Amino acid sequence: MTDTLPDSLTTQSPMGRPLRRKEDARLLHGQTNWTDNIQLPGMLHMAILRSPMAHAHITHLDVTPALSEPHVVAAFSAKELGDLNGAVPCVWPVTDEMQAPAFPALAIDKVRHVGDCVAVVLATDRNAAFDALEAIEIDYEALPAVIDLEAALEPGATLVHDAADSPGTNECYTYHLPGTGIPYDEAKAKADVVVKRRFINQRLIPAFMEPRAVVASPMGVSNEMTVWSATQIPHILRVLLALVTGLPENSLRIIAPDVGGGFGGKLQIYREEILAVQIARHLGRPVKWTETRSENMVATHHGRGQVQDIEIAATKDGKLLGMKVNLLADMGAYLQIITPGTPLLGMFMYPGIYKMDAYDFNCVGVFTNKTPTDAYRGAGRPESTFAIERIMDELAAELNMDPMELRKKNWINHEDFPYATIAGLVYDTGNYEAATAKAIDMFDYAGLRAEQERRRASGDPVQLGIGISTFTEMCGLAPSRTLGALKYVAGGWEHCTIRMLPTGKVELITGTSPHGQGHETAWSQIAADILGIDVDDIEVVHSDTGRAPYGMDTYGSRSLAVGGQAIKKAAERLIEKARVIAAHQLECSIDDLEYAGGAFRVKGDAEKAQPLAAVAFEAFSAHNLPDGVEPTLQAESTVDPQDFSYPHGTHLAAVEVDTETGKTTLRTYVCVDDVGVQVNPMIVEGQVHGGLAQGIAQAMYEGVEYDEDGNLLTASLADYLVPSAADLPSFTTSTTETPSTTNPLGTKGVGEAGAIASTPAIINAIVDALRPMGVNDVEMPASPQRVWRTIQEAKAATA
Amino acid sequence: MIPVSFDYVRATSVADAVAALVAGGEDAKVLAGGQSLMPVLRLRMAAPTVVIDCSRVTEMQGITDAGDSVVIGAGTTHHEVMNNPLINEHTPLLAMATATVADPAIRHRGTLGGALAHADPAGDLPAVALALDAVMTVVGPQGSRDIPAAELFTDYFTTSMAEDEILVSIRVPKLGPGWGYHYEKFQRTAQGWAIVGVAAAVQRNNGTINQARVGLTNMGPGPVRASSVEQALTNAAATAESVAAAAQSATDGTRATSDLHAAADYREHLARVMTERAVAKAAGI
Amino acid sequence: MSHIPISVTVDGTTYDSEVEPRTLLVHWLREDIGRVGTVVGCDTSSCGACTVLLDGQSVKSCSVLAVQADGQSITTIQGLAEGEDNWHPVQTAFKECHGLQCGYCTPGMVLATVDLLGENPTPTEAEIREGLEGNLCRCTGYHNIVKSVQYASDLMSGGAR
Repeated sequence: MTDTLPDSLTTQSPMGRPLRRKEDARLLHGQTNWTDNIQLPGMLHMAILRSPMAHAHITHLDVTPALSEPHVVAAFSAKELGDLNGAVPCVWPVTDEMQAPAFPALAIDKVRHVGDCVAVVLATDRNAAFDALEAIEIDYEALPAVIDLEAALEPGATLVHDAADSPGTNECYTYHLPGTGIPYDEAKAKADVVVKRRFINQRLIPAFMEPRAVVASPMGVSNEMTVWSATQIPHILRVLLALVTGLPENSLRIIAPDVGGGFGGKLQIYREEILAVQIARHLGRPVKWTETRSENMVATHHGRGQVQDIEIAATKDGKLLGMKVNLLADMGAYLQIITPGTPLLGMFMYPGIYKMDAYDFNCVGVFTNKTPTDAYRGAGRPESTFAIERIMDELAAELNMDPMELRKKNWINHEDFPYATIAGLVYDTGNYEAATAKAIDMFDYAGLRAEQERRRASGDPVQLGIGISTFTEMCGLAPSRTLGALKYVAGGWEHCTIRMLPTGKVELITGTSPHGQGHETAWSQIAADILGIDVDDIEVVHSDTGRAPYGMDTYGSRSLAVGGQAIKKAAERLIEKARVIAAHQLECSIDDLEYAGGAFRVKGDAEKAQPLAAVAFEAFSAHNLPDGVEPTLQAESTVDPQDFSYPHGTHLAAVEVDTETGKTTLRTYVCVDDVGVQVNPMIVEGQVHGGLAQGIAQAMYEGVEYDEDGNLLTASLADYLVPSAADLPSFTTSTTETPSTTNPLGTKGVGEAGAIASTPAIINAIVDALRPMGVNDVEMPASPQRVWRTIQEAKAATA
Repeated sequence: MIPVSFDYVRATSVADAVAALVAGGEDAKVLAGGQSLMPVLRLRMAAPTVVIDCSRVTEMQGITDAGDSVVIGAGTTHHEVMNNPLINEHTPLLAMATATVADPAIRHRGTLGGALAHADPAGDLPAVALALDAVMTVVGPQGSRDIPAAELFTDYFTTSMAEDEILVSIRVPKLGPGWGYHYEKFQRTAQGWAIVGVAAAVQRNNGTINQARVGLTNMGPGPVRASSVEQALTNAAATAESVAAAAQSATDGTRATSDLHAAADYREHLARVMTERAVAKAAGI
Repeated sequence: MSHIPISVTVDGTTYDSEVEPRTLLVHWLREDIGRVGTVVGCDTSSCGACTVLLDGQSVKSCSVLAVQADGQSITTIQGLAEGEDNWHPVQTAFKECHGLQCGYCTPGMVLATVDLLGENPTPTEAEIREGLEGNLCRCTGYHNIVKSVQYASDLMSGGAR
């Protein structure tokens, strides 16, 4: 029944084929290695006392009563922890003037968001550690909570950070990017139409299914400080833990075992990781902490959280002239790893796929008494895509044009590539025409428009709306020079080592760190194709700095686009080394050899062949190597990408809105994505599906809510509405293939595409359904109540 | 998270359970299916000293035909209620509403008696019990007594059962021939709680609605009987127009509150819309 | 608070154990007897990651006390088909249809599916979606999970769908 079942896999190249995943046997049999599974001799369980207040002075704190509770070994507040109370680092100081307040792992004197860490208890029993938290004495003196972004910037506002060296404002930074064209005001002066909107891109909770967990063992795997963590970034974590704790980097080993999702939420160095390492080191015993879901909601960073003032200027016939973007970006209470930079990842993408003469971007980062924000699937680009794709619909409505026609009139034509955008990027390739034509065809655009007309004419209480999103995104983070120019402190390269063992088995050591993406399968496909061997003969080694020492990990749709290049180059280098040995064994010149099907053959003499595995054994035994050739058969490559890649696509949604209740039902979702060359189309499709669900969830279901005192109202999965299967439809997905020219595999990225593209498609569809009633925006999530109220307000306004 | 430490009593009879409840005092909690209690314990919103497990009390099991009513043991799981032929034949509204409770795994453990005794204003089953005039049999140290549904639900998560009483069985009267039923639930996600729910039973005779019973979920501290709607529907024409008109009084006597998912005015609006839909479907309009 | 003796059969093996009454079944499985294939995802019985079969019926093992399972029989993801070379049709279908990514919801999703297909061997798409409403997945968008269940139904009913 499935349309993706493989046919015979025996002879063809594995590239581009929907191979079933190597990971699945263990995952489907429960033979998994989650961090929380780990039990070590002498291990202590850490439980954390968290602030129930959004903003307060700690007037009294005494952990000593906890020490008399059963099974308790130690308890710490900031006072007891002293110098071990590491500061959580931010690696992206986006401006020289940026306010970067102290972020101690355990709060000192003051708490700044609900969930702030105040004290910890270490016990030999997990339940006892929890129980002992209740013995800690603590008193707070409440302070006003800073919640609203605009109010936070008012003169005289309560300060989230009021240390002696604080600049006396909740502004973290202001970042201005002028476009490469004419000044925006000049463009605006020529415009017939200017459309302005304020969009709220609400806070979201990543809600990966595996809660975070960390185990730090000072005696480790081989007598170093070994840290198992449910993280996306074991390599970056190693560097940062060394910097934060002062432990020598070469005595730290980080292992991310099976990791159950991340979506940016595990792209972080967290307080709890620092505490576990420092306390394990201090007590000389392994320390384990596993997050409860209740902690996850307040202590794992949130995503999004922007107020977007968007202005677009156009001629009366729909030619775009310019765009102006003013953002307020909610930092939350502290800066985490890339908190300030996250909104700026969208900075280059507000113009989307369109040509225009002027662009102006301004972003103000704002501190609030809320959980810190940071990367969440798309990180900056969903926000920019939402803004441009929403305002294109509003401009079309203003101009009385079909929203698709307006897009076609302004997008970058296929023959225009490579195209230097107004935001300063060069899009290498794209074919918006092809993806759109295919999507329109699959969607029955004309038929649905006709049905919409019928429902409008008959006054049907259930109205139909059609939403469009023609998006592009930048992925494959990132050229290191570009990151440097943006003041990000690290690089964006990726590493691979490939080693053929004497038995002919291959270890592929990658610096990427999968947590659901299927790298073990896809990376095997890339290498097996080049090496001409079976994918099952390749073992992908990852996510353990002891076995895979170099890497920049997995985020930003970078793993294939960047890491894939390193795999290709390492595999090719391995063949080149083997070629020298094979030529020696076959007593011919290296130029006489061709390599195919896993063996070297002498051109014109099919009988003279040497399998790669035989070369590997020779490289191992080293009995008869050519002069100057070192034993062992391995090669490595570290690749810095030359540029980003730019996936794009056309997404179309049809929704039914019950105007009596405000309830939206997503009826049809069609998308055609162009992610370049696909290594495994089954995995690509799965990535699109998952992204769609998260993007649709932002539009319809999910949104963090705080009350005015800074209490998180959406503090469990019962109140924060992650959709289930029953809340979503099946999707109709397809692809076009316009190879990227910025990497030799022609791949782009796919991890974030669905999440970036789908949100505006849904909101555009809801607004489209209701536009005849006078509705021209619906805030997210478009809950039934919100839609119903929007309808009532529009009715009142037009009455 | 981890519940606080407590003692555990596995009751083997109702008398056994009552004795344990008396001994445990106000810090004792009855565990039926546990599907509401366990999250509360895990979040440490409750800290009982003793939990009395009634899930193996055979007197609280079973579904029997008592002539003019169906008697359902309080420990009957939602899954059993949904799939029981007697209930589906004689009181299908209960089966319909139960099928909307939470999700299949929770319905395997959660019980009818537990849901009623928990008296969650967003729970689906209290409104059904109210609309159907179910009668609860409870047992305490002084023996057994019956509580009509109309007198059971007194406030948020509060019933008229004494602290030392246990709900043992629920008697649901059969309505007889000519009745149609529907439970209309409005929620944000499929497994979510009802923002508003409407339980409707309508007896129709050709073009006329003879009588109707309507219970509302989450329109106040407890379930609400929509008496004004019932009166308006008595001997009303079985038309969409008369149902719509009757539904306008759905909020009479309600005390809707505002929460994360719905403000009171929106809830009231939904109560009218859902009542119209529930009654229309029950009446086959 | 005293410990209570229990005897529970898990994946065919009977375990005699003494537990604190407050011990959740999922914690007993993971920490007392080392059946770590079953996982915890939330505090509010919302996510279903911990779903196991208790006397053949799906339950959320975070919402059952270990003492409540005394004398009963549990099937976890590790007991559905012992050993990585043995595959239950639902496991096969999830692999074939790419019904999992990170795999954290998978134990619960698979056991919920076994229960669903036991009750309704040939469900419609809507019945599948509603039947899995208590199991959250953050990776797949459910599209391929639904296909997996349909394919499992085919495999188990001999193509009767």
